[in-house]
Amino acid sequence: MGTVISNEQLADNVYHLRVGGDYSGEMGQFYMLRAWDNYPVLSRPLSIHQVGEDSIDFLYHVVGEGTELFAKLTPGDPIQLEGPFGSGFPKVEGRIALVGGGIGIAPLMYCARELPGCDVFLGYSREPFATEQFRPYADKLTVDVGGLILDSVDFKAYDHVFVCGPHPMLKAAQHKAAAAQSEGSRVNVYLSLENRMACGIGACLVCSVSCKDGQRKACADGPVFLAEEVVFHD
Amino acid sequence: MIRTETSGAADTKLDLSTVIAGVTFKNPIVMASGTFGFGREYAKFYDVNELGGISGKGLTLNPKAGNPGVRVYETPSGMLNSVGLENPGIHAFLKKEGAYWESLDTARIVNLGGNTFEDYVTGAELIQQDADRRAEHGTKAVDMIELNISCPNVKEGGIAFGIRTCDARELVRAVRGATSLPLSVKLSPNAEDIADMAAMCQEEGADAVSLINTISGMKIDVRRRRSVFNNLYAGLSGPAIKPVALRMVHQVAKRVSIPVIGMGGIASATDIVEFIMAGAAVVQVGTYNFMNMRAGRDLLTGLRQFMIEENISSLDEIRGII
Ligand SMILES: Cc1cc2nc3c(=O)[nH]c(=O)nc-3n(C[C@H](O)[C@H](O)[C@H](O)COP(=O)(O)OP(=O)(O)OC[C@H]3O[C@@H](n4cnc5c(N)ncnc54)[C@H](O)[C@@H]3O)c2cc1C
Ligand SMILES: Cc1cc2nc3c(=O)[nH]c(=O)nc-3n(C[C@H](O)[C@H](O)[C@H](O)COP(=O)(O)O)c2cc1C
Ligand code: FES
Repeated sequence: MGTVISNEQLADNVYHLRVGGDYSGEMGQFYMLRAWDNYPVLSRPLSIHQVGEDSIDFLYHVVGEGTELFAKLTPGDPIQLEGPFGSGFPKVEGRIALVGGGIGIAPLMYCARELPGCDVFLGYSREPFATEQFRPYADKLTVDVGGLILDSVDFKAYDHVFVCGPHPMLKAAQHKAAAAQSEGSRVNVYLSLENRMACGIGACLVCSVSCKDGQRKACADGPVFLAEEVVFHD
Repeated sequence: MIRTETSGAADTKLDLSTVIAGVTFKNPIVMASGTFGFGREYAKFYDVNELGGISGKGLTLNPKAGNPGVRVYETPSGMLNSVGLENPGIHAFLKKEGAYWESLDTARIVNLGGNTFEDYVTGAELIQQDADRRAEHGTKAVDMIELNISCPNVKEGGIAFGIRTCDARELVRAVRGATSLPLSVKLSPNAEDIADMAAMCQEEGADAVSLINTISGMKIDVRRRRSVFNNLYAGLSGPAIKPVALRMVHQVAKRVSIPVIGMGGIASATDIVEFIMAGAAVVQVGTYNFMNMRAGRDLLTGLRQFMIEENISSLDEIRGII
C-alpha cells in the first residue's frame, strides 16, 4: 500500500502520478496498480517512469475505467501497488536511441537517466507532454507531433534501439530493424509490449506472446523483447 | 483488509480440515486451476503451504500453445479468458515441476485436460506411472487428479465431453480405470444438467466433483464489428458468476454423496462460508488471485476470524446446512 504524493495533469488525459514509499525497479519494469477494492476486477499494469529515493512515478493515459479512477486520486489517497515485475530493457553500452510513441514515452524516462548521452525520439499524435524532462539526459532530443516518429530514426546509426509505443509502431519498428540488419547493421532493437494482463507475475498465461521459439509471457519474460523474436499475428 | 491476531489457544480449537478420498486438506482454500500456475509465482508473496491445496494449470498430453489473439477481457465484476489451455504438456510438467511439487506441504491436484478420448486416458496413465515410480522411492508429487471436461476455450475435446452426460460417461469410466489416484471430475456450468452429470460421475467411481468451470460468454468490439476473441466465445469467471456457481454447488451437493469442490467468484471469507453452507467440502479460488496477490493468506485469516466471531469450531458444523 502506498500513498499518493501528487497526481498532476500534463496534457489532455495524461497524468503524472507520484507515490510515496521505498520502491525499487529497473528500467522497463512495471507495477500492478489498483486504487479500488474489488471492482474493476483486475489491477492495471503501469511502467516505471522514475524511481526516487522515497517515491515512484508513473505516467499514464486515461483510456478507460481503471485509469479514470487513477485520474481522480489526490495527495494522501491510498493506492495499492505490487512490483516491480517483468524483465525490462537491458543495461547496454554503445550508441543508443530511445523511441517513444505517445504514452510509450513513460518507461523511457528511466532509461534516459540510466543511459545518459543517448538520442531520444518522442512522437505524439497531438499535444506533446513531458518532453522537457528528457532534455537534461538526452544527447539529441527529437520531438514529432502528428507524424511518424520512426521516420526520424536511422536504425543503422545505432547499436541499440529501445522502442515503446502503440502496436502498429512496434510492428513498424520490427520491419525497420529487419531492414537495417539486412543492410549489414548489427543494431539490436528492443520492443516493450503492452499485452493485456491479469496476474502480472506469470501464473495465468493471458499475456502470452508468440515468439519464434514458442510462447512467452509478456509479464514475466518481458515486457521487453528483442524485435526479431516476436511474431506479430495481426 | 481483515487482520486480527487470533490467540494460539483460540486457533487450536478451530478445525478447518477436510479429508477427501484419503487426501487431507488442512483448510478449505484451494487455488483454482489456470489461475495459480504451479504455485511457484505466488510462493514469492506468501507461504503457499498454508493453503489447503493447489490445482495446477490444466495439462494435456502434448504441449499446447493456446489461443492466438486477445486472451482476456474485463467485464462488470468478472473477466473473460480465452487462454485455450496453453501448457507445457504432462511430460514437461512432471520433469520440471515434479520435484517442486514433491516438496510442497499442501494437497497437490493435477488438472487434466485433453482433446481426444485417448489424450485423456494416456495422460491419466502417465500421471499414474509417475506416481508409482515416486512411490517406490517413498515420495509423492500428486495427491489427486482433477479431470477437466469443461474447458470452453478449446475447439475439440474439453467442453465437448462436458455438455451431455452420455458423452462424458465413457470418458470418466476410462480415466477411472486408468488411475488409482483420487479423482475429481470438473464440471461445466454449460452442461445440459449439471446435477445429472455429477450423479453420473459418482456412479462411475469418481471420488469428488469440482464445479464450476467458467461460463461461456462473449464480448463484441462494436467499432470493429467482431468478437474481441478469435474463438468468438470465452470463459467468464470472477464475482459475476458467484450466484450461479453457488446455486449449482447447492444442487449438486443435494444430489450426490461424494464431496463437492465448489468454486466460482469467491472473493471473500464470507463467500467461502456461503459455498460451505451450500454443501461444498472445500472451495477453489481463481480470479480473486488477480485481485489480491496474497489471496490465499488473507482469505484464511478472514475465515478464521469469521469462525471465531460466529463461534464455529469446525466447518462441519455449517457444511451443507442450507
Ligand atoms: C507492461 C505494461 C506497461 C504499461 N505501462 C503503461 C504506462 O506507463 N502508462 C500507461 O498509460 N499505460 C501503460 N500500459 C497500458 C495500461 O495498462 C492500460 O492503458 C490500462 O490498463 C487501461 O486500463 P483502463 O481501465 O483505463 O482501460 P479499460 O479499457 O477500461 O481496461 C479494460 C482492461 O483492458 C486492459 N487494457 C486496456 N488497454 C490496455 C493496454 N494498452 N495494455 C494493457 N492492458 C490494457 C486493462 O488493464 C483492463 O484489464 C501498460 C501496459 C503494460 C502491459
Ligand atoms: C485465466 C484462467 C485460466 C483457467 N484455466 C483453467 C484450466 O486450465 N483448467 C481448468 O479446469 N479450469 C481453468 N480455469 C477455470 C478456473 O479454474 C475456475 O473454475 C473458474 O475461473 C471459476 O472460478 P473463479 O471465478 O474463482 O475464477 C481458468 C480460469 C481462468 C480465469
Ligand atoms: S499476466 Fe498472468 S501470466 Fe502474464
